[in-house]
Amino acid sequence: MINMKTVLVDIQGLKKYFPVHAGFLSERRSEVKAVDGVSLSILKGETLGLVGESGCGKSTLGRLIMRLEEPTAGQIFFEGENIFAYSGRALKEYRKKVQIIFQDPYSSLNPRRSAGSTIGEPLLVHKTTNGRNREEAVWRIMDLVGLTREQAGRYPHEFSGGQRQRIGIARAVVLAPQLIIADEPVSALDVSIQAQILNLLKDLQKEFELTYLFITHDLSVVRHMSDRIAVMYFGRIVELAKNEELYNNPLHPYTRALLSAVPNTDPGKKRQRIILRGELPNPVNPPGGCPFHPRCSFRMDICDKAEPKLNDRGEGHFAACHMEDKKKGTGYFIE
Amino acid sequence: MGRILEIKNLSTHFETEHGVIKAVDDVEIVVDGGDTLGIVGESGCGKTVLALSIMRLVPSPPGRIVSGSIVFNGVDLLRLDNAEMRKVRGKDISMIFQEPMTSLNPVLRIGDQIAEAITLHQGLAASEAMNSAIETLHLVGMPSPETVVRSYPHQLSGGMRQRAMIAMAVSCKPRLMLADEPTTALDVTIQAQIIDLMNRLKEDVGTSIILITHDLGVIAEAAQYVAVMYTGGIVEYSSAENLFSAPLHPYTVGLMESIPKMSASRGQNVYLKVIPGGVPPLYNLPEGCSFQDRCSHVMKICRVEEPLLKEKNPGHKVHCWLYD
Repeated sequence: MINMKTVLVDIQGLKKYFPVHAGFLSERRSEVKAVDGVSLSILKGETLGLVGESGCGKSTLGRLIMRLEEPTAGQIFFEGENIFAYSGRALKEYRKKVQIIFQDPYSSLNPRRSAGSTIGEPLLVHKTTNGRNREEAVWRIMDLVGLTREQAGRYPHEFSGGQRQRIGIARAVVLAPQLIIADEPVSALDVSIQAQILNLLKDLQKEFELTYLFITHDLSVVRHMSDRIAVMYFGRIVELAKNEELYNNPLHPYTRALLSAVPNTDPGKKRQRIILRGELPNPVNPPGGCPFHPRCSFRMDICDKAEPKLNDRGEGHFAACHMEDKKKGTGYFIE
Repeated sequence: MGRILEIKNLSTHFETEHGVIKAVDDVEIVVDGGDTLGIVGESGCGKTVLALSIMRLVPSPPGRIVSGSIVFNGVDLLRLDNAEMRKVRGKDISMIFQEPMTSLNPVLRIGDQIAEAITLHQGLAASEAMNSAIETLHLVGMPSPETVVRSYPHQLSGGMRQRAMIAMAVSCKPRLMLADEPTTALDVTIQAQIIDLMNRLKEDVGTSIILITHDLGVIAEAAQYVAVMYTGGIVEYSSAENLFSAPLHPYTVGLMESIPKMSASRGQNVYLKVIPGGVPPLYNLPEGCSFQDRCSHVMKICRVEEPLLKEKNPGHKVHCWLYD
């Protein structure tokens, strides 16, 4: 049961605003609210899928957990400790426990470094092994991710896209971290290679008892990989549920539209398509109330006035929607 | 409606330092009026070069169409001179490119870019052409087209840029539209809008479409016929219905199995079936069938001789010794 599992990462009221200048001579400044009030926990040993369209803030959230960005407000607790209070040695220790796999296997590897040197670098930085042991540790990881020892001396341009992603994955797991942020790890790969990498990620999860935050825009990939799924829209989590529950019983109109928009390859199984009008709102000038209301076909009077809360709809299924509140008499519809 | 396009024995080769690369190798396809033919394959399979060959836009050197015929509307495009070909491009055959950001001119207004083809091919005056551009933007569902014609590409979002590209492609009501990964750079909800738009335009304008993509889902939503490409050649050709209900080639079967399904149950112990290995480099293809090293049904003959693309069931062709 989910409740029995321990919480590894606890995110509370997290916000990250980036300043933008209105014009290059203008004094007037405004802000892009990339992450706007996210509260979420990641449980030990689970794969939490984070889905959303480009610009919804999912990568920024990943980078905040990595502590590659400092938040505007809010906290992240890792095993009960506030990661933004870390500095010096404590921060370095934290970096050993949390690693990232990037989307683009071409630009995320140093072209002047051999595969072996790239994979061994984290060991060198954290001084966990020395000389001979380091070489063996690198070989063992290369073996685990499906590369051969002979390839340790080769450079990125000598590898295919799938193999490069294996190098990136080896670099992420070599320190045996607890949490891996996988930021679109298969989006740049061909279909047949994508399946190989997804299987590898599952193998490694068992081997190292890893926890994954799996960030993607691909709803069939996240369906295949995740235990729970969080749907992000415009810097906020709009729905969170167990995988099966989310796909069988999506509550938020955005989640429903997203699921229905995925092209289907099952012949003879044509679904009713919900085609959303319009596009993501302008992040510098966001709509008031619920950020989804301009595209929503169920909007009510309250939707452009008040923002709905991410309320529990039972059995760990959360959705931020006034419609659900109205049905259940919660949120702004409390008698 | 009759036959729009008939390609026979088309081969396009590239001279490289590794030797000759057969990017398109002896390809045959037909497109009838009002149909959408999907061409599906992974990167490097030759699907984009096939489209560029039809437009006669293969960069030369190093590329060259070495043999074959591309009969469009009864005329072999490969026999036209450059001036004649220019009259075909953008008027009778148009193309939608994958990257709407890099394929629009950043220093020209959207309206001018759409009107250019209209003035060129229909001989309209500038103001009439601009009105026609606004009309076309209406047709592709662009919000407030009167403002958009005066905008520059960077002022539009990805989905709107792709609509502008499509407007440019349909502005002269072409008989055939080549769409090269038209939705790959877009989010799913925008992708659904664009697929919907292309299906609608096909009905309204009567244009045939060749839809190039790596996404079998997009093919299933939009195409009536499908050609599956692998290392420059077509390995399977059939109606979309038959391809998805009864795929024949081990590569097609493998591709379909390796896609995570939305409906299937999952969990940490459910693994995807995979096609082992990767696509062999085109300059170093093995003797015989190029899929042999990844194929679970490989036989002796596969390593010796290349199979032919043969009709297995009516209208369903496959390039595989298994069915011989």
